[in-house]
Amino acid sequence: MATDVLHETNLGEINKYDFITPSHDVFKAKRGLSADIVGQISEMKQEPSWMRDFRLESLKIFESKPMPKWGGDIGINFQDIFYYLKPTNEQGKSWDDVPQEIKDTFDKLGIPEAEKKYLAGVKAQFESEVVYGSLQEDLGNKGVIFTDTDTAVREHPKLLREYFGKIIPPSDNKFAALNSAVWSGGSFIYVPPGVKIEFPLQAYFRINAEQMGQFERTLIIVDEGASVHYVEGCTAPMYTTESLHSAVVEVIVKKNGRCRYTTIQNWANNIYNLVTKRAVAYQDSLMEWIDGNLGSRLTMKYPAVYMMEPGARGEILSIAFSSKGQHQDAGAKVVHCAPHTKSRIISKSISKNGGRSSYRGLCKVEDGAVGSKSNVVCDALILDAASRSDTYPYIEVEEQDVQVEHEASVSRIGEEQLFYLMSRGLSEAEASSMIVSGFIEPLIKELPMEYAVEMNRLIELQMEGSVG
Amino acid sequence: MTETLKIKNLHVAVEGKPILRGVNLTINRGETHALMGPNGSGKSTLGNVIMGHPNYEVTEGVIELNGENILEWDATARARAGIFMAFQRPMAIPGVKMADFLRHATTNVRNPARKEGEELIPMRQFRKELTEKMEQLKMDVEFARRYVNDGFSGGEMKRAEILQMAMLRPKFAILDETDSGLDVDAVKLASQSIAQIGKETADSAAMGTLIITHHDKLLDQNTPDYTHVMLGGKIVETGGVELAHELFTDGYDRIRARYPEAAADERAMATTEAVAI
Ligand SMILES: Nc1ncnc2c1ncn2[C@@H]1O[C@H](COP(=O)(O)OP(=O)(O)OP(=O)(O)O)[C@@H](O)[C@H]1O
Ligand SMILES: [Mg+2]
Repeated sequence: MATDVLHETNLGEINKYDFITPSHDVFKAKRGLSADIVGQISEMKQEPSWMRDFRLESLKIFESKPMPKWGGDIGINFQDIFYYLKPTNEQGKSWDDVPQEIKDTFDKLGIPEAEKKYLAGVKAQFESEVVYGSLQEDLGNKGVIFTDTDTAVREHPKLLREYFGKIIPPSDNKFAALNSAVWSGGSFIYVPPGVKIEFPLQAYFRINAEQMGQFERTLIIVDEGASVHYVEGCTAPMYTTESLHSAVVEVIVKKNGRCRYTTIQNWANNIYNLVTKRAVAYQDSLMEWIDGNLGSRLTMKYPAVYMMEPGARGEILSIAFSSKGQHQDAGAKVVHCAPHTKSRIISKSISKNGGRSSYRGLCKVEDGAVGSKSNVVCDALILDAASRSDTYPYIEVEEQDVQVEHEASVSRIGEEQLFYLMSRGLSEAEASSMIVSGFIEPLIKELPMEYAVEMNRLIELQMEGSVG
Repeated sequence: MTETLKIKNLHVAVEGKPILRGVNLTINRGETHALMGPNGSGKSTLGNVIMGHPNYEVTEGVIELNGENILEWDATARARAGIFMAFQRPMAIPGVKMADFLRHATTNVRNPARKEGEELIPMRQFRKELTEKMEQLKMDVEFARRYVNDGFSGGEMKRAEILQMAMLRPKFAILDETDSGLDVDAVKLASQSIAQIGKETADSAAMGTLIITHHDKLLDQNTPDYTHVMLGGKIVETGGVELAHELFTDGYDRIRARYPEAAADERAMATTEAVAI
């Protein structure tokens, strides 16, 4: 298969992996969801029939599945949403339409002018080509594929089809089915055997209009002995006029491979963020999810690692911050399917101003997975009496010879800690934000430098109450 | 004009339970006061209230800084006005590095008008100063990278409190059993350092110091101008350094006999506490 890829990735094609998807005709599907609309989306994208069938089949599954009864309140009218919105300049949205608070936040984060407009959805394309072109070329030379998923359907059909929808089938859950029916954009990454990408690959690099859409679909294949760190999203508040974001991310890490997937997302307050992320890890490989969730009305996200072969490891680190009117129902799943597999989950949540955070996690050890180890630590910090935190750990162990540890703690921000810091001249806000950043410091340490800095700044802004 | 911290007829309660029952105390810049008294008599409470701890209710009396009532000020404002307390039991702040914390603290105290998000003192200058002070206190510079009081040994915590005082250069400092937990050599060093910090304030006037202690070691280099004895939530007697030495050798029984009313209050405090438990 590796040779297939090399073959497909000849130099002549590299220019096609430009960061910007060539623009099609202006198109705006109607509001609502139906087989017609799904068909239209597929046609718009000039997709092969298998993908069209996959979408239509997924739509049926979506329609047949009830809404999840757990998690949070999902108040979405599915007929009230645009499922395929191709942002263009003709859309008539202008910088003036972007709410002032979003603009202020961009300023505080020091986001460059060009990116601001893109992030706010005013500008459809972001000229990153110039900056990142040489990087892309270097990757291409190594046989790495890094493109958007729509392009991959056209240009890497064989590779894509082998894995697409295999890790998270449409039948997995209602929102995976929805995404499968109407997906658009997202990243497709293939790293050939033994290729180690030293710098984090960022979705940022090749931002294009669809890439950060509502229903993106990401597929990452890390071949044997290869490694990649993918960074998704950005810390600027993502502003869309639509209220539903439902992504699917599938990751395959083969023998001795390593994949780290970092997400920092800061959603506007009206967004339902319902995301399915799952990785399968083969022999002696390592899959790491690092997930930071801020904002949104409701986030439901439980990155999963299935450890399929001996020696596989899964690590999930997550931070959730919920404030007024926000519910973060986040967590992690680890499934030990083979002997001597190891997992670690660290989850930290912060609730403030009536915000609600829940940790929902699954640790499953299958029969025969002898010598496996799992360690789960979840800590919640509650900043005031109006806020709330819950823990829902599910542990299913079918094997005797294993070690499963679970620790959970909930603490209120200590008045004594606040007083201590204030007695040294820190203002109350500064003191709380210092306590909070200390609380999440073990996770921040894991982030690439610039993200760590931004994350800290974001938390500070959240603490000042000037965001969202 | 000499700056003054003045406590007048201070009554304090916690959750309705009276602890301080009319404390009077005046500390001028440049003076050293020793505050002694049996366990549970209210010494730490007095310190905490001066520092602005929100959980103590002042039911009567005032605290004045240079004639201005500061009871409504929060701890931040008091710290920025130059009041400092080295705590008997400093709080751990996990994940927050000593250096970051101290840089914020130092900036705020030196620039009391600073708002959040405004410039911190330059890294280079701060680091230089911090290293100097740490060397003087014979602390390993690595210490600055550790999380505030998190997993510190008893002695390390007390040294860290002195380091903070050295960086903040207060006008008035309350040292609450800063000697406890320190080894023999460290106590000597602490005693010297406190005396030195008292002289090296930001302005030219020396520090006003309130030393709460059960031992004589800190007083070696910081000879008290006044020694106060607290009993049952009141300062019942004030003397010179000789009073401190009398108490070190004789204990508090004679004081209790001399002030039967305060001794009764002391017993009452102990019983309400027992009931509360
Ligand atoms: N926050 C609080 N809540 C309840 N009781 C308190 C609180 N703070 C102090 N007290 C009580 O008030 C009394 C005085 O306590 P304080 O700590 O001031 O004594 P102290 O003189 O410093 O004693 P020690 O020499 O043991 O340090 C004690 O009975 C104590 O239990
Ligand atoms: Mg005490």
